Amino acid sequence: MSIINNINKAFDHRIRLGIMSILMVNDHADFNMLKELLSVTDGNLASHAKALEKEAFIKVEKQFIGRKPNTRYSATKLGKLEFKKHIEALEKLIGR
Amino acid sequence: MEQNKYLEDISEIKNMMSRSSRFISLSGMSGVMAGVYALVGAFLAHKVLGGLSTTAEATASVRSDLFVVQQLYLIAFGVMLCAVVTGIILTLRKSKRSGEKMWDVSSKRLVANFLIPLIAGGIFCLVLIQYKIAWLVAPATLVFYGLACVNASKYTLGDIRYMGIAFVAIGLISTQFIGYGLYFWALGFGLFHIVYGALMHFKYDRKRGGNNEQ
Repeated sequence: MSIINNINKAFDHRIRLGIMSILMVNDHADFNMLKELLSVTDGNLASHAKALEKEAFIKVEKQFIGRKPNTRYSATKLGKLEFKKHIEALEKLIGR
Repeated sequence: MEQNKYLEDISEIKNMMSRSSRFISLSGMSGVMAGVYALVGAFLAHKVLGGLSTTAEATASVRSDLFVVQQLYLIAFGVMLCAVVTGIILTLRKSKRSGEKMWDVSSKRLVANFLIPLIAGGIFCLVLIQYKIAWLVAPATLVFYGLACVNASKYTLGDIRYMGIAFVAIGLISTQFIGYGLYFWALGFGLFHIVYGALMHFKYDRKRGGNNEQ
C-alpha cells in the first residue's frame, strides 16, 4: 500500500504536526511563537522539535537578540517535501 | 476510527497554518461601527461647510477660513479615535473568544503592513495641503487607504482585499469629480465599511459563535 507508506510516523503527533504546519507558511518561527500557538510547555515543545530536527525536517538556529538567547526554527527542503507527501496521503485516506 | 484521526490531523494543519500566518480575530462589527462613525462625521462636516463644498473654488476658499478648518480637523480626529477604539475593543473581545492572542506575531505583522501604505498616504496628503492642492486630498486618502487594505489582506481575512480594491476604484473615480470629495468619503469610509463589515460579521463572527456553543 503506497498511500500508507506516505503517512510519515515522524508527523504522527499533534505537536509535531503543528510545528510543521506553522513552518510551512512562515519562513521561520521562534520558540516562543511556537509555544504560544501550540499552547504547550517548554519541555514538551523542545523534545518534539528535537525529534523533527533529528530527521532533518527542521533547522534550528540559536542566536542572541541583545542578551537574550533566541531559538529560531525553519523547515528544511526535505521537511517541506515530506510534509506535503504526508498531507496528500492524509487527504487520500479521508477521500475514501 | 482511523478516518476520524486523519480528519482531525488535516483540520489541525489547516488551523495552525491560518492561525500562524493570519490574524483572524478582526471583528466585522468594528467595520460596521467605523462606517457609522464616518457617516456621522461626514454629516457634521457637511453642516460645518454649509453645503459650500460643491465646487472646487468653494473648497479652496473654505481652507482659508481657519475656524472651519479647525472644526473639520476636530471631526476627522474624533471619527478616527472612535473607530480605532471601537475596533480594538471589539477585536479584543473576539480574540478572547477564539483563544487568539490580541498582540502576537500575526497581529503585529498585520498592523505593520497596513500602516506602511497608510502612513505614506498620510504624509503625501500633508504635502498636497502644503502645496495647496487640497482638492486631491480626498481622492488620495481613498486610494492610499484602499492600498493599505489590499496590502493587509495577506495577513488577515482575505476579504479585505476586495474592499481595498473598491476603495482604490472610487478614489480614482473621485479625481474626476473634484468638489464632491465629501460624498465620496461618505460612500467609501461610511458605506463600504458598513457593507463589508456586515458581510464579514455574518460570514465569520456568526459561524464562530455557533462553533463555540458546541
